[in-house]
Order: sequence, then C-alpha cells, then structure tokens
Amino acid sequence: MPDRPLPIPTPTSQPYWDALRQHRLVLQYSPSTGQWVYYPRNLAPGTLADDLEWREVTGTGVVYTFTIADRPTAPAWQGASPQLIAVVELDEGPKMTTELVGVAPDAIRIGMRVRAVFDDVTGSEVTLLRFRPTSGASR
Amino acid sequence: MGLSGTAAIVGMAEWKPERRPPGHRGLSIEQWGALAKAALADAGIDPREVDGICTGGIRESASFVPSTVAEYLGMAVNFAEFVDLGGATAAGMVWRAAAAIELGIANVVLCVTPSSPGPTAPGQVPVVNLGYGASSDRFGSPQAEFDIPYGNVAQNCGYALIAQRYAHTYGYDPLALAKIAVDQRTNACATPDAIFYGQPITAEDVLNSPMIADPIHLLEIVMPVAGGAAVVVASADVARRAKHRPVWVSGFGEHVAFKTPTYAEDLMQTPIGPASDQAFAMAGIARREVDMISVYDCYTITVLMTLEDAGFCAKGEGARFIRSHDLTYRGDFPTNTHGGQLSFGQAGLAGGMSHVLDGARQIMRRAPAQVADCNTAFVSGNGGIMSEQVALILRGE
Repeated sequence: MPDRPLPIPTPTSQPYWDALRQHRLVLQYSPSTGQWVYYPRNLAPGTLADDLEWREVTGTGVVYTFTIADRPTAPAWQGASPQLIAVVELDEGPKMTTELVGVAPDAIRIGMRVRAVFDDVTGSEVTLLRFRPTSGASR
Repeated sequence: MGLSGTAAIVGMAEWKPERRPPGHRGLSIEQWGALAKAALADAGIDPREVDGICTGGIRESASFVPSTVAEYLGMAVNFAEFVDLGGATAAGMVWRAAAAIELGIANVVLCVTPSSPGPTAPGQVPVVNLGYGASSDRFGSPQAEFDIPYGNVAQNCGYALIAQRYAHTYGYDPLALAKIAVDQRTNACATPDAIFYGQPITAEDVLNSPMIADPIHLLEIVMPVAGGAAVVVASADVARRAKHRPVWVSGFGEHVAFKTPTYAEDLMQTPIGPASDQAFAMAGIARREVDMISVYDCYTITVLMTLEDAGFCAKGEGARFIRSHDLTYRGDFPTNTHGGQLSFGQAGLAGGMSHVLDGARQIMRRAPAQVADCNTAFVSGNGGIMSEQVALILRGE
C-alpha cells in the first residue's frame, strides 16, 4: 500500500500550514473585494488584486456536501473505509475539502454545523484540517 | 455570432471497445494514424487533402504533440490543435475544427482519440497506478496540496459529492437515476459493438449493485475499456462529395469553470448550462427540435444534471422527466443510443468521442439502434468533475 500523500507547502501557502501546525486557522482576505480566499493564492481570484492578507478565523462552518466512500478512493486509502469526505463551507464563505471525524456515517447531514479539528499527522511536520460536529449527532 | 453551419462531420472510425488491454494496436501515434486512415476511408477523402489536426495527449510525447503527430503522419497542416479538456476533449475538437474550416484556414481536419494501451519499452518498469485519475499530484497543484490529502481524489468521490448536494437541494430519486442506466443498456443491447451487448439489466440490478461512493452504485459508473475513435470534419465543398450524409456542426458552446467541485461557485449549476445556451442560440433552434441527445454519462448523475442544465427540463425536474420519458432509441426521448459510455464502454478520450459518433451516426442513418427520421442531435462533452463542458448541435440539413 502506498503511503498516504501529504501536502507539500509552497512559499505562498506556507503561512497556512504553519498556522495549522500551531492549531490555528488562517485564511487570506482581500480588502479590495471584501472576499475571503481559499485555497491560498498569490493574487485574489477574479480581480487579481494584489492585496491578499492573512487573517485568523474561528474554523466554524457547515457541511456543504459529503460522501461516504465505502471503497478506497485511491489505493493509498486501503484499510481506511469508510472515508467520510466532505466539503465544508466556512462561516466566512470559502469552501474546503476535508474529512469529518467524531460522527457516525449515518448521522452526517448537509447543513450540519461543524468546527475545525487540528489533526497532527504522526511522523510528519504536517497538520491536516478535519471537522467534527459542534453538537448533537456526534459521538 | 459563431458558426454558420458550413462545416460537417463526413467520416468516422471507432474501434470496438475491449475489456482487457490488448496492446496489439501499437503506439499512440500508430493508433492515431490507423484511426485517421479508417475515418478518411469512411468519408472517401484522400489523406493528402488533410490540412488540419486536433489531438489530445499521446503517450510518446508530453509536449509538442500536434507537430509530433503531423510529422509521423507526413502531413503538413495549417491548423494544429492540442485539446486538453478531459472527457470534453472530443466535442471540443469538433467545434475547433469547424471554426477553423469556417475561418477558411483548413478544409479537412482530423479529430482523433487513440485510447488503447500500447507496447512498453523492453525492461521498462511498469508505472504504478496510484489511482489519482484526473487529479494532479504534482508539487504546487492545488489538488495535491488541498484535496488529495483528504482522500478527495479521482472521480467517484467528486461525483458523489455533487450527487449528495443535488439530493439535499432537489431530492433524490434512485429509481430514476437507475432508469438512465437501464434504458441505455437497452440501447447497448441493440448495438453489437457495445461492451455490454447482450446483457440487459433492470433497475433492481442497478440499485443492488455495490455502493461505491454514496449515493453512487457500481452500475451507475462507466466501464473503462480500451478503444479509439476519430472523425473527419470538412468544408461544405468536401462534404458534398463525401460518401455519407454530411453532419453539419451548427452550434457549440464551451464553459470551463473550475477543476475540483469544492471550489465551484454553485455546484448545482453545471457548465453545460451556459455552453448549451450558446450552442442553441448559435444554431438558431429550440430544444424541442432535437431528435436525439448523446450526453456524457460517466455517471448517471451527470446525465440527470445535463438534462436539466442544458434546458431539456426544468431544474430539479430531471427525475420526473426521466420517469416520464423512454430514453431508448425507440422511445420519445432517445438518449445515448449507442448505450452511452455506461454500457458502450469508456475508452479514455475516445469515450467522449463516442457521443460525437453516436450523434453523427444517427444523422447519417448508420446507427445499429437507429432513431427514425433523425435530423438534429445534441451532443455534450464533460471533463474533470463536471468542471469543463462542451455542447454541440449537429444537423443533417
């Protein structure tokens, strides 16, 4: 089984991953457009404004959509079924790919409120951002 | 704006899909040549008349693909296009070819998608398939950094994320989704080249097949096969002396919105919407004037959302539309009459081309599962995860 692929930060995204490592979530914000930006970029999407700045956010949002993958989505995830893959829409607006934790598969609902879980990956310098329900439905 | 409909598909070639990678069809460039030769012979056009090519990726060269192909075929061309739109590549090739012809820069354009495995170099270490499919795992790729680490990789997962959101927004009718696969299988059972020829299925079979990524079942997912396909697009002068009824490219639209569904502005509005509006406006026809559709069907949910967003029914009404229409070639809304990729087989980029051929064959009146009096076809291509889509309107007169 191949190792699970881990993110490799780029010079642009390094502050995002550094913050996760400290269990903080930072996003880019464009003052000229009033737009929060995810994933990290060098210029604001759409306007290409050169004014992106890092701001800390609380890491709360809702499940926008999800799937329960009963078969590994790629060979590296053999033995990890079911994968609870989700798109979470942060309260600030951006959507992120993530995985849900601390929830039974059949309890997942679109619109469910979730909060960030900072998941330090054993044997690496990487912290992944997963989400769990804020209340109810969790176990 | 757009095409005047004076370029036509005049010839085609398609290899019967094969389940096991045979390796007997040679290198990609050799397959390119063989398919081009067959499509030109089908049209009755001398290869020396070719002055344009549209190609996708080939195994032998990561870049400079059109010149590599032109050199190999011994064809100097005035139009050399590399199209990289995944499952929308074939439909994207056809409108590009038609546009080049209407501009007057080419007369005969080959659009070829060789999609069979080839020989490997002696002693070459086989490439390990990590299963990343359409996802790029290269350094700096947003997918490699922000999607793949969470297991959102390849296609099944992305389409399931779309289907779940659809279910939440509009409701989900598993039987209607299953009916797409069943009706298309009926079409495949009238198409001897289809990979599932002779194997009818029921809605129960679909719903009882393994759940792969909730809510998508195994029989709602394409069957990958080896194959290859090609079309010749030509000017009106050439088309009129070609062997078959010309299939005029009357309208097209292309819309590329994102790569990974996570970052779609609105996941429920697929790019085929604006692409289809442009295609119908360009062709100057209404939806009801279409005699058959051949729409990209990597998954059943793709067909349902295409029916809605391309304007054949209202948003959220797809399931009801499917239940109230017969999608078989004998029905009142013939859809994917070759069986679709679900039942014909998906041979890489040639899978997208199979829809172009399905529409063209119907208008040429050469389909094994022929729709009576077919003059107008709507064809769609879809690449990535409903992220890049192309619409074509093909007409017989």
